[in-house]
Amino acid sequence: MPVTTSAIGKSYPPTTYAVGREKIKEYASAVGEANPVHLDPEAAKAAGYADVVAPPMFAVVYKSPAVIPALFDPEVGINFAMMVHGGQEFVWSAPVVAGDEITTTTTVKDISERGGMGFYVFETTSVNQRGETVCVGEWTNIVRGV
Amino acid sequence: MAEFTEGQELPELRVTPDRFLTVRYAGASGDFNPIHIDEEFAKGVGLPGKILHGLYTMAQVARAQTDAGGGPESLKRLKVQFRGMGLPEQEIVVTSKVVEVTGGVAKVETAAEQNGNQIVRNAEAEIATS
Repeated sequence: MPVTTSAIGKSYPPTTYAVGREKIKEYASAVGEANPVHLDPEAAKAAGYADVVAPPMFAVVYKSPAVIPALFDPEVGINFAMMVHGGQEFVWSAPVVAGDEITTTTTVKDISERGGMGFYVFETTSVNQRGETVCVGEWTNIVRGV
Repeated sequence: MAEFTEGQELPELRVTPDRFLTVRYAGASGDFNPIHIDEEFAKGVGLPGKILHGLYTMAQVARAQTDAGGGPESLKRLKVQFRGMGLPEQEIVVTSKVVEVTGGVAKVETAAEQNGNQIVRNAEAEIATS
C-alpha cells in the first residue's frame, strides 16, 4: 500500500507551552545536566539570564504538544506499530528561560516512500512571547512495510 | 566561548543510565510509550526489554557539545540519525570531532555508541566559537 501524500504542507493549530523553573530542573536532572544555570536561579542570574535556562534539548518538551496532533492525524496515516524515530534535527536561535511562553506550529514537510519504507517529515517552529524564533525542529519518522 | 581547531577531538562523554532512568525521562519529557517503561510490554513486542528514548540519547550527544562549547547557548544546531536501540544499565559513549571552523562556528561530527553499536550516527553539530 503506497503512502498517501495529500497531507504535505498541512499545518496544525499552534500550541503554547509555559516554561516552568521546576520543569527545567526535572528535565535537566533526568538527562544528567549538572550546569547550575539549569538548576539554580541565582547561578542563572549571575550568568545573565532572567531565570534558569533550559538545556537545548528541552525543545522536545515545549514542542511535543504541537507534534502529537500531526503524528496522530488520520490524513497523515502513520502505522504506529511499524514506526521508528529515524532522525531529528534542531536549530536553536535564542535561549529559553523559566517564565517564557513558547508557541509552536507544526507543518507536514514531506511524505515519501523509498524501498518499501515510508518517510514522514514534520517541521516545528517555536517562538517566544516576544515573537523571537527560539528553535526550529525536524522530526523524521520511518514506517516499515508501507 | 571555547576555541576549536580543525581535527580536534572534543572530550568524550560517558554515562550509564540506571535501571529507572527511562521512567524519569518519560516523566520529564512526557513520552510514556510503554516500550520505554514497561519491561513485559517491551518483551511482548520483540524487544530485549525496556529501551532508551532516542531523544534521551540525543540529549547526551547535545550535552557533550554544550560541555565543550561552554554552555547551553553554544549549541546552534544538532542533527542525528537513530539506529538500533539504546539499553539501560549499559554505558553510552559520545565521541565528537571538529571537522571545520568557519565564520564563528565549529562544525562537529559526533556519534553515540553502546557496546560498540552506534545508536546515534552521522550526527552533525554546530557550536558557536565567538
